[in-house]
Amino acid sequence: MEWISAIVQGILLGGLYALFAAGLSLIFGVMRLVNIAHGDLIIFAAYMALSTTMLLGVHPFVAVLIVVPLMAGLGYLLQRGLLNHTLGSDILPPLLVTFGLSVIIQNALLEVFTADPRKLNGGPIETASIDLVGVGIGWLPLLTFAIAVGIIAGLQYIFYRTELGRSFRAVSDNQDIAQLMGLNKAHIFGLAMAMALAVVAVAGILLGMRTSFDPAIGGGRLIFGFEAVIIGGLGNIWGTLAGGVILGVAQTIGAKFDPGYQILSGHIAFLLVLAVRPNGLFPRVEH
Amino acid sequence: MSDPILDLQNLNAYYGDFQALYGVDLTLQPNEVVAVIGANGAGKSTLMKSITGMISNDPGAVRFHGDSIGALRADQIAAKGIALVPEGRQLFPSLSVEENLLIGGKVGRSGAWNLSKVYDLFPVLRERRSQSSTSLSGGQQQMVAIGRALMANPELILFDEISLGLAPVVIKQIYSALPDIVGEGMSALIVEQDISKALSVSSRVFCMMEGRIALESKTSEVTHDQITAAYFGVEA
Amino acid sequence: MNNYTVTRTSTASKAALVIGILLLIGLAAAPWWAGRADMRLMSEIYLYLSLACLWNLMAGYAGLVSVGQQAFVGLGGYLLFALTIFGGFHPVFAILLGGLIAAAVSVPVATLIFRLKGAYFAIGTWVVAEVFRLFFAQMQSLGGGSGTSLPVAIVKELGAKKAIREANSYWLALGATAMVLLAVYLFLRSRRGLALTAIRDSETAASGLGIDIWRTKLAVYVVTSAFTAIIGGMIFLQKLRISPDAAFSINDWTAFVIFIVVIGGIGTIEGPIIGTLLFFALREVLADFGTIYLMVLGLVAIVVMLKAPKGVWGLIKDRYDLELFPLSYRVRDTNKK
Repeated sequence: MEWISAIVQGILLGGLYALFAAGLSLIFGVMRLVNIAHGDLIIFAAYMALSTTMLLGVHPFVAVLIVVPLMAGLGYLLQRGLLNHTLGSDILPPLLVTFGLSVIIQNALLEVFTADPRKLNGGPIETASIDLVGVGIGWLPLLTFAIAVGIIAGLQYIFYRTELGRSFRAVSDNQDIAQLMGLNKAHIFGLAMAMALAVVAVAGILLGMRTSFDPAIGGGRLIFGFEAVIIGGLGNIWGTLAGGVILGVAQTIGAKFDPGYQILSGHIAFLLVLAVRPNGLFPRVEH
Repeated sequence: MSDPILDLQNLNAYYGDFQALYGVDLTLQPNEVVAVIGANGAGKSTLMKSITGMISNDPGAVRFHGDSIGALRADQIAAKGIALVPEGRQLFPSLSVEENLLIGGKVGRSGAWNLSKVYDLFPVLRERRSQSSTSLSGGQQQMVAIGRALMANPELILFDEISLGLAPVVIKQIYSALPDIVGEGMSALIVEQDISKALSVSSRVFCMMEGRIALESKTSEVTHDQITAAYFGVEA
Repeated sequence: MNNYTVTRTSTASKAALVIGILLLIGLAAAPWWAGRADMRLMSEIYLYLSLACLWNLMAGYAGLVSVGQQAFVGLGGYLLFALTIFGGFHPVFAILLGGLIAAAVSVPVATLIFRLKGAYFAIGTWVVAEVFRLFFAQMQSLGGGSGTSLPVAIVKELGAKKAIREANSYWLALGATAMVLLAVYLFLRSRRGLALTAIRDSETAASGLGIDIWRTKLAVYVVTSAFTAIIGGMIFLQKLRISPDAAFSINDWTAFVIFIVVIGGIGTIEGPIIGTLLFFALREVLADFGTIYLMVLGLVAIVVMLKAPKGVWGLIKDRYDLELFPLSYRVRDTNKK
């Protein structure tokens, strides 16, 4: 029974990891960019929510209404102001610029908020739980998973059934020809990053309610998101959900043996998948 | 003679240190169909890229309805009413046939062309509207590429080597549709390696060689020898 | 009649060679003219220069951009401690042996992470570093999460008296760095090195010429990892204490190294030298400011990457056509003197 509980917790944890990964996946899909600062932006969003709740005295869920649009706007400006200028055939500039960005964000947060762990106060929902199949399931993890599924379904819908998604796919396929069709790729990339950071904002707030956070943990979140993407398979956003779940379950099962093994188990699961299925479990695109 | 719709004056183009176009002069009248021929490397592609904004030139070197567009971005030029049927089709692999056509209309210009009219022109596409664009034959892909350009309701449509890689019977089919396409009051510039096809639909012809215009003539007046001399740079 | 020769040397490179040798002699004599603190600082500079040179070889030449070099720095450090404490080996021998072991470890690691490309490869190297860190954090025999110190008996093997130990430590660092620079330079001059530059410039063209890309990249990865582990061993021999967070710190061993190479000039041998000097100069000025110092570094790296992607040396090289480590071929007219 304890094992079942661990697996269920792992599945729900996977929802959070899938949220980390969704933004990464989206950006890579549209513009082949991997943002090393992605994890730090998740933490940045958590701090933004913290400030909002402290300044306005509202619940984190209400803070979503402010943080999500702010992060989306930030994403658009970041892309058009900085990241668009790194795109090209050389992989070094975007990698090194986003690495520099990561260092700046971490230290800026450290400077403003210090290294003390902080947490968003979600109130009763944090400890409320429900009994399902004989296992106690927390409302917050359950909600997080549901939100993750919802967001992924939403992204899928946008990508394949809307004009915006059509533009994303066209620009991703062939930037030059897309430009000839009247699509300003600088603007399209900006919109993609705006969407990605909106998802990052949600992920950050859910993370902040679930555990305590400090400026240094961004890198770990990036790695979890990245592992979920690779396990699930590039180019498949539902695969990313599967990847997140597998990672989550590997971690919770590892933790059952010894709490110190939690993260290591996740890494091992990732390396295993990399060894036997280099393209991930449900790939749509070659690396 | 009315004002030209397209006016290239002393157009130069560079790829880094390499000069691809040397002082090209070319005008296109409204409703005219003009052919541009020349060997590989003569500069035809560069010419297309300059007109459509894929490479940047001196602002005044390319004028459209008198506006200087030489330095504008490709999407800005598309909005003004210039559409390209690119060399090698270059459809979007992630998009279906219909989605490729719809993207063509993203520019949002109003006019005679819409999805239904494109399907009337190329009925086979209607049957395959939901298929992945890359699963079509070469000739069908060329139809999609043409349809995509038409969806933008352009005033000037550029055809870049549309016969490349297609079977002769398919080429014939496509060229027979050309009058329907251009007949709607559009102007067209056709770049072709197939000289006879190019001459069959155009009223004037330009021949390029090594980045320069080597010959300009009315199609009805040009001789075989003149073309050979201009194309290859040798006296026939 | 004109006689042309194809040569690699230039006046600048000949001058640099002479100056370099004189400098090496001068620096080797440091225990006699420098104080203890200065020698420690210089050792630190040498070791960072080595790390930068090695990272540059992988990223700037082989196109393998890693943000996980700390994996091997830490591995080298921990192997030093493990081999001396449990194996009874002399520290210097332990460091060299550590390099060999690291080389062996890097092979299976490479087969795994080479399946990833570009930025994903980079993050993969980071994951590997994290795995190493978590692994060593579980080793209670080496202090677990809080780490351990090098026993005095082992420290004394470097020299009975403190002054001798300091001198030996310093010479080890200087010697290692000189060897790394020389090895990298000779490698790049060789046919393998030429193959590497070809791969960097165009993989498709290179493979079309029959260059085995995978094996060349593997060779670079293994050699770089081995040398990085050796440097790591030296670093922790100097520090006398190791812990998982210090050994596998991404800030200390990757962020700083990347900034050094980017600001100095990636893909050149001179770049890391300039970058290291600039980095330490900046540190002297700003180190008191902790987080602001790091933010400035990040900002400078971003600006350099966008405005001057070839770094400081790249600007100098382009302006004056200068090359201190002769690598490229020049055509010289022998009639002109």
